[in-house]
Amino acid sequence: MAANPQHILLPVKVGFMTASIVAALAFNLLPWQDVRGVPDLLALVLTFWCVHQPRRMGIGIAWLLGLVMDTANGALFGQHALAYAALAYAAQGLHRRILSFPPWPQALHVLILLLASQLVMLAVRMLAGGTFPGMTFFVGSVISAALWPLVTFVLLAPQRRPLEVDETRPI
Amino acid sequence: MEHTPPQFFHRGPAPIARLTFFALLSVFLMVLDARFRYAEPLRQVLAIVAYPLQQIATAPFTAVARSREFFSTQSALREQNAALRTQKLRDAEDLLKLEALRAENDSLRRLLAAKEQVPGEAIFAEIVYAGRDPFSRKVIIDRGAQHGVQTGQPVVDASGVLGQVTRVQPLLAEVTLIIDKDHAIPVQVVRNGLRGVAYGSGDGSTLELRHMASNAEVEAGDLLVTSGLDGQYPRGLPVAKIAKIERDSAYAFAKILGQPVAGTTQNQQVLVLAAEASAPTWSADPDRTKKGARTKRSARKGD
Repeated sequence: MAANPQHILLPVKVGFMTASIVAALAFNLLPWQDVRGVPDLLALVLTFWCVHQPRRMGIGIAWLLGLVMDTANGALFGQHALAYAALAYAAQGLHRRILSFPPWPQALHVLILLLASQLVMLAVRMLAGGTFPGMTFFVGSVISAALWPLVTFVLLAPQRRPLEVDETRPI
Repeated sequence: MEHTPPQFFHRGPAPIARLTFFALLSVFLMVLDARFRYAEPLRQVLAIVAYPLQQIATAPFTAVARSREFFSTQSALREQNAALRTQKLRDAEDLLKLEALRAENDSLRRLLAAKEQVPGEAIFAEIVYAGRDPFSRKVIIDRGAQHGVQTGQPVVDASGVLGQVTRVQPLLAEVTLIIDKDHAIPVQVVRNGLRGVAYGSGDGSTLELRHMASNAEVEAGDLLVTSGLDGQYPRGLPVAKIAKIERDSAYAFAKILGQPVAGTTQNQQVLVLAAEASAPTWSADPDRTKKGARTKRSARKGD
């Protein structure tokens, strides 16, 4: 973390990664009754792990989770999968750049990534003969990106160890 | 001598190669799904994976609805009970008439050698949640293939037609609402028997009665019921009330918008009716799909 250079993070637990992804998926499956602009938390958590753990989290897992989302939503089969795979690719490719910024500029990067993945979905559905659902479609991404600092804080919490200020240490 | 990187640096195929692979796979699946509907088995497997999560996610909301029922006061229950009793008495009269009419209708139909309408088993279901896909209008109900739900079955609630089952998972089923842009339903104006086809208008809450001449005999407030011409929906079910009519002499057709009479709130009870015997059903048989893909697609949409 560039913002807190004195923090050395503990290695991530795969169990925690899985749990966070399952929780995000469950959030997405909540009965959103005609509510537009609900943030796609799964996409956000996927981006987070692709940025922070690019060797553990990748395009393949993102693609599979996308298929689960398509099934649960009754969307075109492969629509979320394609968008999430592209999102994971971009997040992995940009992870060094993104991590060199403080949280809010990071959120701007994430906003662009999420909007791009929504554009992929929109393009696919328009090609398949859908109607444009209106600009509220993109509101979810903006809210997601605004949640990025919070998500970073929560998902990195288990990896932080308490700062031990040792006054007698020479360095 | 050739240098190979040590195992430590080995990270599999390049990211761009992976992305290309998965993107092509997605496109392949989308084409299969949109054009041929071959992706169903894979979808069914994933549906089983997602099912427990869906149950967990919707459980608190269902529990709240249930507990609200539990804590309803006795006076409210008694009031409701009295209202239902009067309603029942009122309905009983109609029911008695209905029995007689049905018998008469049967004998008349037999005289005409017309096909007998077989009243099939209706399946009772509840709406689990509305689909989150912003491009289509669907709801998910808690009955699936295990309970005998089939694609093409009409779904109604207490006030009217809700839509049609378009995809069946083992334990859940997807119902495309009549307000979906890709859904068409043949209707009839109750007042004068004028027939037409109502499509989802695309704005997500209304129906549009298309291809009606600008001088067509339709008024705001008219009730539309199913005409039963498609062999999919039984005739006479309420569909929508005409909300707005724009007659412009510059266009050959009037713009007629209707408000659906059925609602789509969560935990609402719905009834999955048996499909009419004459309805062509979709089958996974690949030979038939090639020959009759067009007819089956239109049958699925209900037009």
